[in-house]
Parts: sequence; structure tokens; C-alpha cells
Amino acid sequence: MTYLDHAATTPLLPAALAAMTDQLARVGNASSLHASGREARRVAEQSRERIAEVLGARPSEVLFTGGGTEGDNLAVKGLFWARRTADARRRRIVVSPAEHHAVLDSVEWLEKHDAAEVTWLRVDPTGRIGAEAFAEALGDGRDVALASVMWANNEIGAVSDLATLADVAHEVGVPLHTDAVQAVGQLPVDFTASGVDALTMTGHKIGGPMGAGVLLLRRDADCTPLLHGGGQERDVRSGTLDVAAIVGLAVAAVTSVGDRAGRTPRLAALRDRLVAGVVDQVPDAELNGPPLDDVVAGAPGRLPGNAHLSFPGAEGDALLMLLDARGIECSTGSACSAGVARPSHVLLATGADAARARSSLRFSLGHTSTDADVDALLDVIAPVVERARRAGTGRGERQ
Amino acid sequence: MSAPARVIAAMSGGVDSAVAAALAVDAGHEVTGVHLALSPDRQTLRSGARGCCSVEDANDARRVADELGIPFYVWDLADRFREDVVDDFVAEYAAGRTPNPCLRCNEKIKFSAVLDRARALGFDAVVTGHHARLAGGELRRSVDAAKDQSYVLGVLTAEQLAGAVFPLGSITKERVREIAAERGFAVATKPDSHDICFIPDGDTRGFLSRRLGVQPGPVVDAATGTTIGEHAGTHGFTIGQRRGLGVSAGDQRPRYVLGIEPVTRTVTVGTAEQAEVDEVVTGTPTWSGPVPDLPFAAQVQLRAHGTPVPCQVSGTEGGGLRIALAERQRGVAPGQSAVLYAPDAARGDRVLGQGAVVRAGERHRSVSS
Repeated sequence: MTYLDHAATTPLLPAALAAMTDQLARVGNASSLHASGREARRVAEQSRERIAEVLGARPSEVLFTGGGTEGDNLAVKGLFWARRTADARRRRIVVSPAEHHAVLDSVEWLEKHDAAEVTWLRVDPTGRIGAEAFAEALGDGRDVALASVMWANNEIGAVSDLATLADVAHEVGVPLHTDAVQAVGQLPVDFTASGVDALTMTGHKIGGPMGAGVLLLRRDADCTPLLHGGGQERDVRSGTLDVAAIVGLAVAAVTSVGDRAGRTPRLAALRDRLVAGVVDQVPDAELNGPPLDDVVAGAPGRLPGNAHLSFPGAEGDALLMLLDARGIECSTGSACSAGVARPSHVLLATGADAARARSSLRFSLGHTSTDADVDALLDVIAPVVERARRAGTGRGERQ
Repeated sequence: MSAPARVIAAMSGGVDSAVAAALAVDAGHEVTGVHLALSPDRQTLRSGARGCCSVEDANDARRVADELGIPFYVWDLADRFREDVVDDFVAEYAAGRTPNPCLRCNEKIKFSAVLDRARALGFDAVVTGHHARLAGGELRRSVDAAKDQSYVLGVLTAEQLAGAVFPLGSITKERVREIAAERGFAVATKPDSHDICFIPDGDTRGFLSRRLGVQPGPVVDAATGTTIGEHAGTHGFTIGQRRGLGVSAGDQRPRYVLGIEPVTRTVTVGTAEQAEVDEVVTGTPTWSGPVPDLPFAAQVQLRAHGTPVPCQVSGTEGGGLRIALAERQRGVAPGQSAVLYAPDAARGDRVLGQGAVVRAGERHRSVSS
């Protein structure tokens, strides 16, 4: 099996597995007052401190969640409600149309059910949000509840300059949330230095467990809870702490941030070889997103493990199926709830046409990727694309 | 198809296609499951017992595929389905004919769009859960006479049948459910689908009225030549229909729909005797195997759950078929398929081919074709 879908989920790190297994065998609710509770709390709080340290946050800014989707929902809805409660004029949300559905659908839900107004940001052709477009959309900021711009795009790997965007937002008094699910462990992410008010991350993209994540939330950011109950996590996110998952998440965060400087250049080189090899074999394949060597604010302008390519004349779902049959796992943009492949909303947001969006595949490398993985893809990509092209686009054609 | 092959199993989420896929795996084929997304606005949950178009059905199909350990994908054929099946269905009714959308779906979607795509992607055939036997290129009725679906497959050509596998033809529906239960498929007790998948509430007349609007016209009694009522649109009627005519004739005898004239919007009704025909004329036929020499004797089935009738088949000048019925039949509607069979009690009646009915009426005994 050749696994080229690390952006979907990446293998659990052995050290995270060991820490979790050890913790799973112990009893203790971190909210209990007795010795078992105190021990569980000690492990959870130590994990919180380690995560805070590697992400440039204070421990009190670390709120444990059930993952990226919860973090995005909590930030978008919680900041919206709190800011509008403080000032009823703040009903506008400024957001990028290339966000993950956890942000997009939260925003659209608020629009439909809670009188929010949405201003969609202009996305540049590489998938990035520029400071000018952002400032223009914010206006004087007085009617804006929050803005949300992802740090690095999960599909095409585009990295935005969050520090600059945070400055722009703060000039007009607007809090900025960022979905950094793909960025943590791949790019230098420092919460305090970036200036953003809220940041979503999750465990399973960095070698930690699924169903465990963090919302970093500035101490001065007011956020209305989604989950009410025992008052854990600054009263913003009630629920018994999943200490085993939290300790696995902390090990993964420390490891992936700690070895990032050594790992990601190797990953980028592997990715560059993948793209060059594919384009060599399929000369009309088109790279989507920023150039491979792009730089933004002194850091990589594209996720180092991300390769996103369109194959004109072929359907992404046919390519995926043919590669799957040959043991190579990658992904198309997204699927609806029934499983129908949809043209990537991210590519459409960059101005690409529907045909290009439909003919695309994402290959994403991670901590277990090797040269052999790239070789396996390059062995089959040419005949697979040729075969998929023979099947055509399957739309509106007649014999 | 007996030699192991690479096949696509079309999986609706129902019990038949689930077991068909399982039997294809057992037969040694390399099976890939595909669920066809045919509706652009899919319901989250199934409504009633009509399986094929909800997310729940897609998930049921995926569950079975995962248990079988086969790859599974959803193919979006909503555009093709709307054009070739739904729009065709509405247009046929608007033209006063009575279409069979399941037959059209087999002809244009499952064994055309899907089979073409499968072949282009390197597959040999499409497996479905239809109850019909197919061996040696010969299409025959299912052993389960009550569940036989050879009628809606009668439109497939030899070339299409060469790319089809029907694993269920030699077992009964009861046995299909047993196999599903033995394998622990959650769909083992899922109700059979009925009627038309894209009309989930089963109200065909309401569906057509929404598409075609109210188009009132007269109801004329052929027995007396007088107008005896008014209707809201010819699309609410089918030839042979007795119930729901909303008229009563002076002689108090039941009336049946004899004819539908969409231009003048006239629905003609008549007595049971007037509703019977002994000759059917079709358009250009399709053949499931070798083209037979005309004329020939066969059996004909005139609707999905109709009884086969002995007949003599000859050609028309226009390249269609003239089918002389040995027994008079009521309710033969233009647009329906006349599917021809060679009777064979031992191996199952063999499908010869079909033609769409263009006219049904009285035979002119002095005239041969």
C-alpha cells in the first residue's frame, strides 16, 4: 500500500501510542478531588503546558476539544455570539470561501439561522488571502463580529500570512480566527507572535489520536460555549477531559513541532520529486496552488507535503479509483454526504473552472513517506491518466 | 460470464444488488462496488420502501461493500438520469404514451452510461441484482416467476448483454433474503422497492401534474360518441385504465381508457370489449440475440407484470413488428414494450427482443404484412 493521503490523516506516532496506552490503563477523572483525580489532572495539565510551549501560547489559552471540526465551530459561533451580545451591530463575518467545511458550514449556519451577514474574501489564484483584500472586506470593522482565514489550505497547500492579517484585523478592532489544522507541525506556528485571537488544531494530522484537538483562545477573547456542563476549559468547553487522548496529542505536538525543521525540508524535496515526476510523465498535468518554492513572510508559502494536480480530460474520481485499484491512496477534493465526488470548492474559489476543479487529485506526504512511495506513484501515473481519459468526463456525452 | 473478470457491481443499497455483488465475489470475479447517484437533491433518509435515491441507501450499499471487502465508489449520473429517464418519462406521458422508466434506465443508464464508463476504465461487465438468467448470451426468465425482471431487460442488445452479469436469475427472492441474512447484511430485511424511484411518494399523477400543469380536455365515450366529462390533463391517464376516470356512462357499464390524443387533449373511453385488441404494432425492434427470421411464432409480454400471450410476429413496411395475438388483450398502451419470448419451461423462457408499442387494435385478417 502506498499512502499518499497524510493530509486526511497521518499514522499515529509510536511514542503517542505508548503514552496513550499507558494512560488508558489508569483510573481517574481530572475533575475529581481525590488522588486518582489529581494524578489524571497532573497528566492533563502537564500536556496542556507542553502544547502551549511548543505553539507559543500560555497554558490558559489551550482549550481541549474533540478535534478540528469542534474547534472551528466553537471559534466561529462562540466569537460571533459573544461579540454580537456585546454590540448588536456586529453581525458580519468576514471569511475566505476556500476554508474547510467546518468553518464554511458554521458561517452559513449562522447566516441562515442567526441573522449573520457574510462577506466572502477574494482569494488570489494561488489560494491565498492578501492583506489588501482583507482590509477592504473589513471596512471600518464596526459591524464585524469576527474574521476567519485558514493558516494553510488543506487541499492546495496555500499558506497565508496570518501575522499581517491579524494586524489588519486588529487595526479595526476585529478578532481573527485561523484554522491551523494543516499548518501545525508543517510550518512555524507561534500563536502569540502571530497575533491571532483563536487558532484551531487537531491531533490526527500530526501523529496524534483522532477526536482530540485544541482551540487556542486568547485570554481576552470572549467566546460563548457550545457545550455547557461541568465548566471545564475556562467554562468555554465543558466535558470530562479525555486524558489519554490529550497526552497522545501532547506527545504528537511536541514531536512534530520539535522535529519540523529537520523533517519538512526532506518532505518538500520528496514532494518536489513527486510533482516533477508526474509532470514528466503527464506533460499537460497542471500544478494547483502556489509554486513549490514559494515563500510567505520568511516561511514556506506552500505546505511542504502538499502536491495538488489537475489532469485535463480525466475525472478526479476515475483517477482515484484507478490508483486505489493499484494500491495507491490519494484524494479528490471533497465528497457530498452520499459520497458523490464534487469539484473542489477551493479550486473554484481561486478562479479555476469546473473542469479543472473536477480533474484534480491531492497527494499529501507525511512523516512515514519515502522515496519508494513516490516511485510507486510514478510507476503507474501515466497509464492511469491515459485510462481515465479514455473514460472521459462522463458528463453529457453520447455515443 | 463464467470466467473470472473485472466487474462493476451496481449497488442500489437494496438486498438484491447486495447479494448479487456477494455472489459475484464468490464466483471469483474482481468486484468493485458502485452506487449510482441518480437524484440531484438527495434525501438524507429513505422515505417509504422505495430504494435507490437517498443517502441512507448509499450508506446501506457502502456497508455491504465494506463487509465484502471490495472497493466502493459513488458515481454521479444525476444529469444523465434526468435527461434520459425522467425527462423522457414526462415527455412520453405528454405525448399520450405510457413509458416504462425502469426499462429506459437499464437501456440508457445501467447498460449504457455505466457499462461504457466501466469498459473504458478497464472493467469487463456490470453486475446487477436483476432477477433474470443470463448464460451463453441467452437472457431468460428468473426461476422465481413472481420476481422475474426479464421484461425490463428485454431492451438490451446482445452487445449490452455481453457486458452484463445477473447472478440472481437461478435463485428465488426468498433465497436472496436468506443469503443476505446468512451473511449478516443489515439490508436482509429491507423492504422491496416498488414503483418508480424518482417518485418517492408513489403519486405519479401528482408528479406529472407538477411538471405538465393542468391541461383540461374532454372525455369522450366511444360507445355513444358523446362527451361525458372533463379531465385535468391527458397525462393522468393510461390505456386500459378503469379506475379514477371521474365519469359515468349512461348504460352504467364500466368504461376503460381506449385512446389518448394529446393535441386535442381528448381521452376516449369505451366498454371492456372495445378496450380489447388482438394486434400490436411496434417501432423498430431491438434483439437480445441473433436477429430472427420473420415471420415467427413466439410469446409476447405487453407490460411489466403482464401475462405472456402466444403470438405470430411479422414485419411492417416501416421496419417495425406486427404482432398478432392469440388471445385478445385489454390495456395495451403505446410506449410500453412488447417483449418477445421463446417459451422454454425447462431453462426459462428466452428473451428474443422487443419493440415499443406504437399502435394496438383490431387485426385486418385479409391483409398480411
